[in-house]
Amino acid sequence: MLTDVAYQEVMNRKNEIMQRSLKIDYDQFKQGQIGFDYEKMMTQLGYSLEDVARIQKENQVGNTPLLELKNLTQLVRRISPKGKGATILMKDEAANPSGSFKDRRATLAVHEAKKKGFSGVIAATSGNYGAAVASQAAKQGLKCIVLQETYDSQGLGQPEILEKGRKCEALGAEVIQLTVGPELFYMALLLLDQTQYFNASLYSPYGIAGIETLGYEIGQQVKEQFGKEPAAVCVTHAGGGNVTGTARGLKKFGNNQTEIIGVSVDLSGLHMASDRDFNRKSFTTGHTGFSFPFSIDPDRSDVPRNAARPLRYLDRFVTVTQGEVFYVTELLAKLEGLERGPAGNTSLAAALVLAQQYDEDEIIVVQESEYTGAGKHPIAQLNFAKKQGVKIMSGNQKENIPGSVIAIPEHIEQLDVKNADLDRIRTSYLRNVLKDVDSQRLTDLDKAFLAQEVNKELDYIEDYLKSVNNC
Amino acid sequence: MEQVNKGTWVEIHRILLQPEERSDRLPEDSKSVPYEMRARGFLLEEALLNDEVTIKTLSGRVISGRLIQIEPCYEHSYGPPVYELLNIGDEEKRMLETK
Repeated sequence: MLTDVAYQEVMNRKNEIMQRSLKIDYDQFKQGQIGFDYEKMMTQLGYSLEDVARIQKENQVGNTPLLELKNLTQLVRRISPKGKGATILMKDEAANPSGSFKDRRATLAVHEAKKKGFSGVIAATSGNYGAAVASQAAKQGLKCIVLQETYDSQGLGQPEILEKGRKCEALGAEVIQLTVGPELFYMALLLLDQTQYFNASLYSPYGIAGIETLGYEIGQQVKEQFGKEPAAVCVTHAGGGNVTGTARGLKKFGNNQTEIIGVSVDLSGLHMASDRDFNRKSFTTGHTGFSFPFSIDPDRSDVPRNAARPLRYLDRFVTVTQGEVFYVTELLAKLEGLERGPAGNTSLAAALVLAQQYDEDEIIVVQESEYTGAGKHPIAQLNFAKKQGVKIMSGNQKENIPGSVIAIPEHIEQLDVKNADLDRIRTSYLRNVLKDVDSQRLTDLDKAFLAQEVNKELDYIEDYLKSVNNC
Repeated sequence: MEQVNKGTWVEIHRILLQPEERSDRLPEDSKSVPYEMRARGFLLEEALLNDEVTIKTLSGRVISGRLIQIEPCYEHSYGPPVYELLNIGDEEKRMLETK
């Protein structure tokens, strides 16, 4: 029975509830004053890549096709400088049981829950991960509760999220639909405590290790089909797990030259906890409202130490507009005959621009696709946006204002990407992690940890500390 | 008012936190409204709309709240055509046809 338990009372018991619902002692990885041994955590708690692949295969997850987008590649070559226009491939993750790469994360989380003797799993997510956990719970015989941020205070639900809720119920999960706010976390803790279920967090080592097979398969399939390493892999970037897991998998295959490019939908100016802004956005995942805060402060997640550490792996980070993603979703359907969900095409939007910068004999991989259907479709999402007073128009990307105007390109040459300043994000990360720390007393271990966290040499950290201490 | 039978699939609503109980880290518009929940399940006793009821959810939990919908529908759809999308593709196909 759901009882009223005060917000603060639950939040005060956060660590205890986490510990019980994951059965992970994160203290064992502590290192220095601020750091922790990330690789030890991933090795000790995660599974070997072979184990992950085996468990996923048993549950009919992964081994998705890698599709060559021949028409889109030709189209890009028509507008590229001579000799440019890389071959564009797409990993068709929509072919997974619940329709997205999230099945890879869920398989391992549910497997681990079962192994540890839990009778059910809980996931707090408005994304495809809910359906993935519901699907795996159904297959592996556990109970499942999915918590979603679904409605504004008027009871108006985002069509994309309503569809994901329907899918979770279709897969036998209980769906708790909530209004806008970070109290989703409070509710998740409360239910974890009441049910004693497993916390199928997106950010546990299982949630990340599950994605490594995706990167590994890309490396392997590109090698088999083209005999080379991809020049770049475009990864939709939200909470950082997709970037982290994919990059780790590519490296495990031996692809050390491949550029890892994070791509987010630009929702700048919209407040993620705002009741009013909630229904003025057309993307509920894969956007800057997650990717910026999670890059700067990964441990803001629902576990003590987030296994998603995107700054360790990102070589480049770009943003695209909502209109651009709708445009490429339409183009993928009309030119390649592939109708896929818009959010999953975020990295495709960037790839159509970035491919123009790579040589013709190079490969650029779009790392995912997702299922589509009522609510989770450009027509549904644009009609909903119109009803919320958002202006929909054809035209130049400069007209876009997140929450007010969605400009949909009329022509492929109107596509563009905006570079996010990774150095600035690294600095923000360091400022955040060091905010309550006396930087004069940092040990060598701490500095080495920070260098790994931002994927730089030790000098970079020393220079940063000098610049801060001189201020 | 119509009596709703035990065993009917229904939706309940519940206020989880009043505005003053909510997180401090909220913009004004969210801070001024309560934090609410909706859930669906089988009604465990005969009731009227708006009654406080208990339901059994798909995971088998028994939870309570105000009965707000009887046999709730999935109403998310596609909607009317969007011309800004319909026009996409023609020019690109022409580009591919020209050598």
